[in-house]
Amino acid sequence: MSTSQKTIETLANQEYKYGFVTDIEADSAPRGLNEDIVRLISAKKNEPGFMLEWRLKAYRHWVKMEKSEGEPKWANVKYPPIDYQDIIYYSAPKQKTDGPKSLDEVDPKLLETFEKLGISLSEQKRLSGIAVDAVFDSVSVATTFKEKLSELGIIFCAFSEAVENHPELVQKYLGSVVPYTDNFFATLNSAVFTDGSFCYIPKGVRCPMELSTYFRINQADTGQFERTLIIADEGSYVSYLEGCTAPMRDTNQLHAAVVELIALDNAQIKYSTIQNWYPGDKEGKGGIYNFVTKRGKCVGKNSKISWTQVETGAAITWKYPSCILQGENSIGEFYSVALTNNYQQADTGTKMIHLGKNTRSTIISKGISAGHGQNTYRGLVKILKGATGARNYSQCDSLLLGDKCGAHTFPYLEVNNSTSQVEHEASTSKIGEDQLFYCKQRGISAEDAVNMIVNGFCKTVLRELPMEFAVEAQKLLGLSLEGSVG
Amino acid sequence: MLEIRNLHASVGGKEILRGIDLTVNAGEVHAVMGPNGSGKSTLAHVLAGRESYEVTAGEVTYEGKDLLKMPPEDRAREGIFLAFQYPVEIPGVSTTYFLKAGVNAIRKHRGLEELDAIDFLAMVKEKMKLVEMEQALINRPLNEGFSGGEKKRNEIFQMGVLDPKLAILDETDSGLDIDALKIVANGVNAFRSPARAMLVITHYQRLLNYIIPDYVHVIFDGRIVKSGGKALALELEEKGYDWLKPEADLAQQTVA
Repeated sequence: MSTSQKTIETLANQEYKYGFVTDIEADSAPRGLNEDIVRLISAKKNEPGFMLEWRLKAYRHWVKMEKSEGEPKWANVKYPPIDYQDIIYYSAPKQKTDGPKSLDEVDPKLLETFEKLGISLSEQKRLSGIAVDAVFDSVSVATTFKEKLSELGIIFCAFSEAVENHPELVQKYLGSVVPYTDNFFATLNSAVFTDGSFCYIPKGVRCPMELSTYFRINQADTGQFERTLIIADEGSYVSYLEGCTAPMRDTNQLHAAVVELIALDNAQIKYSTIQNWYPGDKEGKGGIYNFVTKRGKCVGKNSKISWTQVETGAAITWKYPSCILQGENSIGEFYSVALTNNYQQADTGTKMIHLGKNTRSTIISKGISAGHGQNTYRGLVKILKGATGARNYSQCDSLLLGDKCGAHTFPYLEVNNSTSQVEHEASTSKIGEDQLFYCKQRGISAEDAVNMIVNGFCKTVLRELPMEFAVEAQKLLGLSLEGSVG
Repeated sequence: MLEIRNLHASVGGKEILRGIDLTVNAGEVHAVMGPNGSGKSTLAHVLAGRESYEVTAGEVTYEGKDLLKMPPEDRAREGIFLAFQYPVEIPGVSTTYFLKAGVNAIRKHRGLEELDAIDFLAMVKEKMKLVEMEQALINRPLNEGFSGGEKKRNEIFQMGVLDPKLAILDETDSGLDIDALKIVANGVNAFRSPARAMLVITHYQRLLNYIIPDYVHVIFDGRIVKSGGKALALELEEKGYDWLKPEADLAQQTVA
């Protein structure tokens, strides 16, 4: 082992600092999945009839899927079969009353957890002007800034609250972008989702602050199935941030979320994610399975949906934030940095479906593989017959650190309209010993050199992130890469 | 400033340096010449601390310290600079950003305050004049798409910015036309001072017309077989390296 490798590995071994567990009483359903559990979840949430009906349809569909083909197996990821009966589908921290009316009513231990994660639901965050909704295990804990936002007519609340207070909106849009039949995990989610975020921006309103949700899985053996729905009415704008962490555990936990975005005429939604789920230990034991369905529909003319993601965690990441470009002149964007280290696996990318005229899409994907990580980009650019004048630009770059990792690219282009323009560029590079030596010879340490090079590599994606997130992302990339130089 | 005693080094198991002895004092410019494969670049890389080069015997003292014990970053921070013969590219990282990281690492090591962007850029503007560097070039990713001449100028520019005590120039003239050579030489000459020392490694005498050395050493088969003043370089230009072979064999016998 060369000296530079040793030097890096003996560096303060930054443990996944979010690996702690909060010792708090939880209200959990019995293990396993059956119709009763679905009813239980719906009952716990006091849901109206239409919601329970939807869940049951989804559950029955899932049972059929499970019996016939089972889970989809086409992804470039390997994992042992999941026992769906060995998961707890509902767990909520026990609260003193039925729901917090203000931060003062939230269990202080919960607030402490969020403080530890740097997510302050209190005055500090108030000062930085970001509205935060926090989801702890299956329950949305508190949402700051609700009053301020409601003055503008903006609804930003827990999904369960939206079902209660704005059922018409939920009923209208739920499943309109990701129907419950969409795929195995989305179907499962539709049956057992417990909470998530709901956001509605009324006509012509530009949301004045970034909306943010923080997801944390705490209880062992639970799955986390959030459902997020964001609707931007005509001429509105919203920027939404999503962050995720989970404790270190030996076993794998399933995270199968669904996010639906709807942008009407002239509306814009910007959705940024920094995913730092527990990635498993250095030998690949434990870690979150992040199997997520995220899709945005540009329903309206001149609408725009941008996805920006920095995926550094999870044992397995399997997600394709996509855009359906239905409205004329609509724009879809996907900016991604996916990092796999140790034994992490990622199969991620996007789908840009061009339906309307003069639609445009941009895909910039940066994959970084280190250790024994396996990183796969899978992208689909589909241009349907009626999509005259469609334009797409895709760029997929892979960076390999060391010689035990892998980078794979599967671009799919389905073009059915001859007036469209599709461009695709790809590159693969490595951080070589000679580059590292060049940096060292200028006085730069190996770790700083790797960080510098990786950040340079990811620049075009990182600059799409809202500023606070960009700084966090850079730090996270550095942390996630420790011990990886070879 | 630099004292090398009986340095032996191997690459890939093959011994290249077979007992180098050399003393360099502050203010001096030493030229090191020799045929291909003689060990010139190896010497440069060993002094810079490249891991793939294994030192099998000998000592190197730099400013009273044991250089061979120091990792390459520390050698750089102590004031050693290597102008590479084949500078690599680092995509996504501009020269400016790269140098700022280096400058601040060195300053931190010396207990100085790090420079912020504004101060750094002001300092850089001065140094750009030395090698007629264009702003556009240093904003581009390091060496990406640079011509040979631009890369070599970039090396000398970096030297100016990092302000080392000992500069080792590894065949800085290779691949340069006369005009580029003159610019690079000007930069190097502007850098000469009583506090600094330079080791100029070159294959051809031509560079030494512009960078006039105080001493010339000839490396042959991993040993310094002859040392002299600048006239020695001209002798080599005329006669080539073959006439030194008997001298080299003699040196080998003496050691053995």
